[in-house]
Amino acid sequence: MYSEIVMDHFKNPRNVGEIPDADGVGEVGNPVCGDMMNIYIKVKDNRIEDIKFKTFGCGAAIAVSSMITEMAKGKTLEEAMKITNMDVAEALGSLPQNKLHCSNLGADALHSAIKNYLDRRAGKIKDLEIDREPHIKGSGPEGCYCPYCQKKVEEESPFCVFCGAEIPHEHDH
Amino acid sequence: MTPIYLDHLAGTPLHPQVKEAMIHHIQHVFGNPVADYSLGQQASQALEKAREQVAALINADPKEIVFTSGGTESVNHAVKGVAIGLRERGRHLITSNIEHKSVLNSIRTLRLLDYRVTSLEVDRYGLVDPAAVEKAITKDTILITIMLANNEIGTIEPIRDIARIAQKHKVVFHTDAVDAVGVIPVDVQDLGVNLLSLAANMFYGPPGVGALYIKKGTPVWPLLDGGMQENKRRAGTENLIGIVGMGVAAELAKKEMPERLPRLQALKDRLTRGLLERIPDIQINGHPTQCLPHVVSVSIKYVEGESLMLMLDEEGICAATRSACASGSLRASHVLIATGMDFATAQGTLLFSFGRDNTEADVDRVLEVLPPIVQTLRDMSPLYKKAHQ
Repeated sequence: MYSEIVMDHFKNPRNVGEIPDADGVGEVGNPVCGDMMNIYIKVKDNRIEDIKFKTFGCGAAIAVSSMITEMAKGKTLEEAMKITNMDVAEALGSLPQNKLHCSNLGADALHSAIKNYLDRRAGKIKDLEIDREPHIKGSGPEGCYCPYCQKKVEEESPFCVFCGAEIPHEHDH
Repeated sequence: MTPIYLDHLAGTPLHPQVKEAMIHHIQHVFGNPVADYSLGQQASQALEKAREQVAALINADPKEIVFTSGGTESVNHAVKGVAIGLRERGRHLITSNIEHKSVLNSIRTLRLLDYRVTSLEVDRYGLVDPAAVEKAITKDTILITIMLANNEIGTIEPIRDIARIAQKHKVVFHTDAVDAVGVIPVDVQDLGVNLLSLAANMFYGPPGVGALYIKKGTPVWPLLDGGMQENKRRAGTENLIGIVGMGVAAELAKKEMPERLPRLQALKDRLTRGLLERIPDIQINGHPTQCLPHVVSVSIKYVEGESLMLMLDEEGICAATRSACASGSLRASHVLIATGMDFATAQGTLLFSFGRDNTEADVDRVLEVLPPIVQTLRDMSPLYKKAHQ
């Protein structure tokens, strides 16, 4: 199911932990969705000197956290901001279709930590409780909607019975 | 190292005697059971013998057994077959919100065809309240479908009570007994149901074959249209190799059940007790007594189930996070959410199901490797830190 690189990062995750006096903290995801990621960075001379993560999530989410911290370590903030979810997925060999959203989570958490650092430096220190990104995409609590014709469809429909469009299940929410 | 298989709800290994019977059939029996020449008759005899064996397992008349391609087809046949068969009488169905996907998605299809559905809530153990079933019945109600035992938490529903209510109101009652038949005694006369679904691969028979018990006189329209096989109730040439295997598996299940039941229950108790002793902040799911004897569902706070499953796999232990039919979905289990569990805790669920080959040593191995796995993942989890600050 997972590539060898994913399994390696899952079994031997790099940079697990917290940085108590971190310069920036990013927290994304929601346990409701099945994953939640915190990234802590220490910045020196505009470079990510140290980085750690804590993640609640599946094998892919943990591997993504490990990989993105490895990729970001030592990079300038500008370089780190340019790391995309696709870069992480590629570095991991590949991710199953229904787990691609985990790589979004990784890039979001990293970028959020950098933004947090920049905001702090600019004096716009935000309350972390407010700063969280909920990262819930897709349908609301009232049901599932066809992304094309917006009509209410039965849960887990393979296609929309109104417009015939195939309904993607990339992020199952 | 041979893996320790603890996912018998996803499928059981073939019983050696079942395998033998199937190989014997492949080597020695050929012919289509509907053919009138002697080869066909030989096949027909094999088919009818299997029907008797399966009927005996659930105390049915062999004429009331229809062979299918498995549990999913049986359920689809029962639910959609009654909906079509009784469409002139009414368009309302009653079910529970912890059913297997084959029920839920059959109902999804019927909703598209303008049937109305009442989906009953369950209590914290996953029990359906028979009084709630009775309250939901309207003049328009044609079918009640409630599972016998839940496939994610093992809770056994009060099927006899619900069947009595269904009889009183003259509503057809189907029970999905796929995870119960062959494991615990199931008697269709005693339960009083009209329809009951079962599958061979839950009791050491082959996958791809199942049966639907249709009580005489129940108006079930065929799901598969075609020839006159299975007394016009299920068209298509029979999967005779599988059916022969299912027949032998049914006979063996009946024979071996008295010895196996207490052994499974002891393994379940040993695992449950050991987990509670060794891992803090966990919850054992399902009803404490009205529960399948081979199922342990445990929700482990602050960690996610797939990570647990992958790490157990590294240790040679095969366990599930949820129903095999729901894997691929990233959502928390609809069953656990229905019991009132919060999403985060439901995400951290492991599902163990024992079988005939498991031993106490298998349980002890789980109890040895799981606590450190949980600790590793908890140390990595932002939720754990929050909860313990």
